[in-house]
Amino acid sequence: MITLVEWLRPWEPSVPVFLACLLAAGLYVAGLMRGASPGFWPALSYFTGVGLMYAVTQTHYDYFSQYLFSAHRLQHLMLHHLGPFLVALAMPATVLAAGLPAAVRRLPQGPMAPLFRVLRVVYRMVQQPFIAGFLFVGFIYFWLTPDIHFDAMLSIDLYWFMNWTMAIDGLLFWWLIFERGGKGVTPRLSPGRRILLLALIMPPQIALGAYITFSGQNLFEIYDVCGRAFPIDPMLDQQIGGLITWIPAAMMSVVAAIIVLAFRLEKDHEKA
Amino acid sequence: MKRRESKAFAGLLVLALLLTACGGRGYQTKGIEGLLPDLEFRLTSETGQVITEADLTGAPVVVFFGFTNCPDVCPTAMARIAAATDAAGEGLDTDLQVLFVSVDPGRDSPARLGRYTDFFSDRVTGATASVETLRAMTKRYRATFGYDAPNEFGDYNVSHSSAMYVFDAEGDARALFRPSDSVTAMAADLRRIAAGG
Repeated sequence: MITLVEWLRPWEPSVPVFLACLLAAGLYVAGLMRGASPGFWPALSYFTGVGLMYAVTQTHYDYFSQYLFSAHRLQHLMLHHLGPFLVALAMPATVLAAGLPAAVRRLPQGPMAPLFRVLRVVYRMVQQPFIAGFLFVGFIYFWLTPDIHFDAMLSIDLYWFMNWTMAIDGLLFWWLIFERGGKGVTPRLSPGRRILLLALIMPPQIALGAYITFSGQNLFEIYDVCGRAFPIDPMLDQQIGGLITWIPAAMMSVVAAIIVLAFRLEKDHEKA
Repeated sequence: MKRRESKAFAGLLVLALLLTACGGRGYQTKGIEGLLPDLEFRLTSETGQVITEADLTGAPVVVFFGFTNCPDVCPTAMARIAAATDAAGEGLDTDLQVLFVSVDPGRDSPARLGRYTDFFSDRVTGATASVETLRAMTKRYRATFGYDAPNEFGDYNVSHSSAMYVFDAEGDARALFRPSDSVTAMAADLRRIAAGG
């Protein structure tokens, strides 16, 4: 039986992941202490999102992610969908900006301005709606290509690279969907375009999840090659993983579309 | 917009090409050069002595994680590697060793391991260690193992890696033999690795 302490201990400690989560939580707390007042629910959403991303990478859960296909799919559901979804839903930009030291806030206007201009162009390019949607679905397909998945699960460096790409892409996509408040660098899409984008990313995810679920062959040999966390029928493991890729992942689009509509109605109500 | 989309697509394609180049080229099985660390272990051999990678350097080493009560995967793997070393024939004129690491130290004593490995080939040596040591070794090679709850007779199933990890004479990780790889392909890669290719 695994104790709570063993559960909390990272299976594969990653300093960059630990520091990123610490920085995300620390900046938000600093912002709150400097007077930013996002409200209870946005703060809860933010910390839950960061906490989920930390929990699936820096606790014993990560062990199961590495040695069970279904647990790996749940890890990516948290890293690419639910975690970033909750972070972006909180729209923490103003709180995080308040938490930054003044010198860092002034950086884009200082001698490093050209670098920030380049970053801005790159950021706006990847946040172009079709590119953002293409990348969102593309990364899921890419890392689930059996040969690529094999290498990514075999090499610890590729494993972390895969998880970083999923987390960053998730943050970019859901940020684009929930962007609101003071206008920043992110393109501001109309509610209709946001909902269209959410609808467009659903069918490819459903198709991939259904293909994995109903496939009669063992697609991801790496879990047999490296051994599974506990004895489980490989096809059952694959089917559960397929269902996670299929149903909750696609449902997130529906939930996001309802939230986008709710924001729109709220805005209309305020105007009236 | 079209140009931007094609740039993003090209980016993913480049990433895919880079990744397919991982592991080394020209292997008929799965090349793992640069994907896994070199050979390092400290176990108890079937003779009851401590065995480390230093005892096996100078010739290629094939490592397999299994258990002697295994009904199918382990005997099949041992029979396949014995067939592959035979098939490699004169091209394998080295002291290539196969290390059968038992991940079931509760049941696999050194003596029992000795009887088991003798059955397959003189090249096979059995070894085991405490669960903690085995956990560290399997983790190093991105593998794991787990135990089922024992039945009324005290028997239990063990989940374990089904791959064979091939290291060259310098101890560098070179190839991974999967259950789907043919004996002919395994023999060809063993010849290549033994020849220093």
